Amino acid sequence: MGWLRRLFSRQRLEADLDKELRFHFENQVADKVRSGIPESEARRLTRIEFGGIEQVKEDCRERRGTMGLESLLQDLRYALRMFAKSPAFSAIAILTVALSIGATTAIFSLVDATLLHPLPYPHPEELVRIEDDLHGAGTMDAGISIPEFKDLQRSGIFQYVVLEIFGSANLTGASQPSRVQYEGVSPAYFAMLGVKPELGHTFDPLDQTPGFTLDVVISDGVWKRVFGSDPHIVGKSLRLDNDLNRVIGVMPPGFRDPGRTVDERNTELWAAYGFSDDPARSSNRSLRAPLETVGRLKPGLTVRAAQSQMDALVASLRKQFPDDYPADSKWTVRLVPLKENVVGNVRQSLILLFGAVAVVLLIGCVNVANLLLARASARSREMAVRQALGAARKRLVRQLLTESLLLSLLGGVAGLVILFCMKGFLLRLIPESLPRLNDLSINWTVMLFALAASIAAGVIFGLAPARQAGRVDLAHALRVEGRGSKGSTEQTRTRRVLVVTEFALSLVLMVAAGLLLRSFWDLYQAPLGFNPQHVMSVQSWLPNPDDPKTDIYGTAAQEAVFARELLRRSRLLPGVQEAALGSEPSIPLHHDGNPSQLIVEGRQAQSKQPPLVERSDVTPEYFHLLEIPVLRGRLFKDGDDENAPLVAVINQAMARTYWRGEDPLGKRLRVGRGRPGVGLDARKTWITIVGVIADARTESLANASVPQMYLSLYQDTPKELAIFLRGDLNASAIPKEVRAMVQSVNPELPIYGAKTLDDAVSASLEQRRFSMDIVAAFAITALLLAVLGIYGVISYIVSERTRDIGIRLALGADRGKILAMVLRQGLGLAMAGAALGLVGSVIVSHLMAGLLYGVMPTDPLTFAGVTLVLTGVALAACYIPARRAMRVDPMIALRYE
Amino acid sequence: MKNTDDRFDLPQGTLDLLIMRVVALGPIHGYAIAQRIQQISRDALQVQQGSLYPALHRLEYKKLLSSRWKPSETGREAKFYELTSRGRTHLKAETENWTRLTDVVSLILKGTLEGI
Repeated sequence: MGWLRRLFSRQRLEADLDKELRFHFENQVADKVRSGIPESEARRLTRIEFGGIEQVKEDCRERRGTMGLESLLQDLRYALRMFAKSPAFSAIAILTVALSIGATTAIFSLVDATLLHPLPYPHPEELVRIEDDLHGAGTMDAGISIPEFKDLQRSGIFQYVVLEIFGSANLTGASQPSRVQYEGVSPAYFAMLGVKPELGHTFDPLDQTPGFTLDVVISDGVWKRVFGSDPHIVGKSLRLDNDLNRVIGVMPPGFRDPGRTVDERNTELWAAYGFSDDPARSSNRSLRAPLETVGRLKPGLTVRAAQSQMDALVASLRKQFPDDYPADSKWTVRLVPLKENVVGNVRQSLILLFGAVAVVLLIGCVNVANLLLARASARSREMAVRQALGAARKRLVRQLLTESLLLSLLGGVAGLVILFCMKGFLLRLIPESLPRLNDLSINWTVMLFALAASIAAGVIFGLAPARQAGRVDLAHALRVEGRGSKGSTEQTRTRRVLVVTEFALSLVLMVAAGLLLRSFWDLYQAPLGFNPQHVMSVQSWLPNPDDPKTDIYGTAAQEAVFARELLRRSRLLPGVQEAALGSEPSIPLHHDGNPSQLIVEGRQAQSKQPPLVERSDVTPEYFHLLEIPVLRGRLFKDGDDENAPLVAVINQAMARTYWRGEDPLGKRLRVGRGRPGVGLDARKTWITIVGVIADARTESLANASVPQMYLSLYQDTPKELAIFLRGDLNASAIPKEVRAMVQSVNPELPIYGAKTLDDAVSASLEQRRFSMDIVAAFAITALLLAVLGIYGVISYIVSERTRDIGIRLALGADRGKILAMVLRQGLGLAMAGAALGLVGSVIVSHLMAGLLYGVMPTDPLTFAGVTLVLTGVALAACYIPARRAMRVDPMIALRYE
Repeated sequence: MKNTDDRFDLPQGTLDLLIMRVVALGPIHGYAIAQRIQQISRDALQVQQGSLYPALHRLEYKKLLSSRWKPSETGREAKFYELTSRGRTHLKAETENWTRLTDVVSLILKGTLEGI
């Protein structure tokens, strides 16, 4: 601990060192005096022999071993003193760093929670989604058959394989019937994820019970909301779609299901399914159920190795069962890391955001570097004096770096503080559709990132001034008394380079923002093909009990009576002019599709694997209510009920896809029914196409031509209902009114998901808008910083050349020419930056092509527009110093020298 | 005073050895160390303060020397250095090393000359 003591007894050590050297000095003088040299001369000679006494001291200090820490403390003290001396400079620098570090850290925490740690389960790299593709039928992720599932379990590739099916159900037995997202899973589900419950237990992974079990696990949310955090919940029962179930466990608060959609991730109830009894008993290999398959690989097995084992398994199965796997179906099984559920859709957006924020950070650094350079020129004399007095260059550079590091660390801390204060506000900006299973938090990784970013920033913006200080020309700097700034052409050059960099970077950001804006605008302006205005949809769900005898809406006739009554009462609600009913997939831009297998009459021989088509059930009023026009044939009539022949209406895209060049009217088709637990085989009756409607963007805003078909609701038994209302509606009162109305028909039915279609349209733009807003905000910040940068440099140049300008004016130069000269300088910088930036933009815009809609990555309008704006703003920023230059009074300018 | 041009550069670490050898004779202050080396080497070696004091401080930091303030011959307080026991062992080992090294080097140098 010697060094510690020495550190604290620094003053005594310094005094000792001084005394020791002085003793030596005096002795040497005394020797000389003794040899007959007069004392004053002896002193002079000794001083020359001695050399720099401060340098000797510095060497001794360095040998002592505490030098590093000691000089660091000294540098820190010194840096703090410098900050205190120029508070405005320090405040601006720290604020710039704080804002850029804060923004970067905020985006990083998003990246951390989604891209870096997408799955909050143990050994997440072992978790894979297993997808069956039938390339021959053009169907990806076609679902799995029960024998195939058993093959997977036996394959030796997985520790666990589970099947899962998502859905929603009426939860009754509590105060108010409510709607919960549930997931039916194989009993090994929680064992596979490796998650323990908060209360009770989860399913036994070895449970072999066929069919459905009665046990359910509930989420912390349901436990708190529906059961008031009942500590004795385990063992109590609840009703799901009238079926009696028993709660065996409660999941911890942070647990989220690794689903692919928002709804799936919001699963609040898990039921164990055996998947081995009716209705899933089928031993037919080609009978695929719309189930998702997830597995945990054997420890140590990579996805790649597992995939090759899987390929071998598939090959041998194809050989073994040639009838089930005809060559033209091209059946393959794909293992996808489960984390793709979370990161698959957003990777590109998040990388773009992170890139954008990194650019802002870089521009922030460049600006601070500029500030530091400006100050360094004012301090160059001080530096020269210190060097002349024996300070090593290395030491000075270190001191300057300490200053900039301290600056950036203070900025980083301030940035984190800002982030903490604004956390609540920022979290609200993030769209719900942004997938993440983790709660966003400022954890250690994020803190470490902020620290690293601060240090990197400090080094980046500290390097230029420090390098400069390392090469001060001593004699020159000292000679130019009092005017340290003169002769720093190199500094001016560095500052110009920095400004050009800034311009290039902000141009890239602005082009990115411009392209996103145009994509967004195109999407926003794209004709919807339906009219969402004044329309609301409200959802309800008819119970779907496992025991068909308790199902009072079991047949189309039973349900039609209920539906007609619902429609009649809906029209009586205040403000309602039109009402229609549909199944859940009929809700425009509702992302829970329900594709059904399509079998076209006369064509089923083509492939054993039928294509999948989006399909909805609607009442006749639906198309009129949404203002979707019929192009050919007719729409549904009130008489298309259980007694009439089955009819379908399709959209143009479907007509184009399946009856290209033919008249689809009168053609017949059958649909497989994808709902689990009801029957997996196709209906036997043919359905006749009676009408073709225009394409509308009801499936996806970005894609108008998704094939869709509609069946008459009175001929089918959809359980998930949507009530559509058009009129002068009071959006806040509707849910309550509809609930009262529906429950006056059946008090057991829940009402949920009330929304206006306008909201649905803007919600589906949400994620794009989020990226666009953020990138635009960054671009504007970057532009502001770049403008400040160019203003600073031009002002600096003008003030340096005041004398020069004065002389020119005195010699009769035209003031207009002076103005033009300064503006030309600024324009030159801006153009150089723009040229570099355009090159960068072309690269970046191609990288983000996947995020664009309806606009080319090299959209000339965006590129030209952004360049013009940037140049214009730069010129405006230069105009102020240019005018100052023009108004220079030659008399004052010359006298000032 | 000798002209600085006549001095030779001491190989790395040699100065430490010389200092320790001089200090081994008894407590001594920096100035006297320089004087003593100069005298013993018959003015061939002149130790500059610029290397002497950093070396002393390094040896002290390595606990090979210890120091004490006490009045010098002129009555002024001076910093006197002494070998520690660790320094003594170190000196012994280093001296042996040095002797061996110079013997070997001169053996080779002589051999080469005869072989030409």
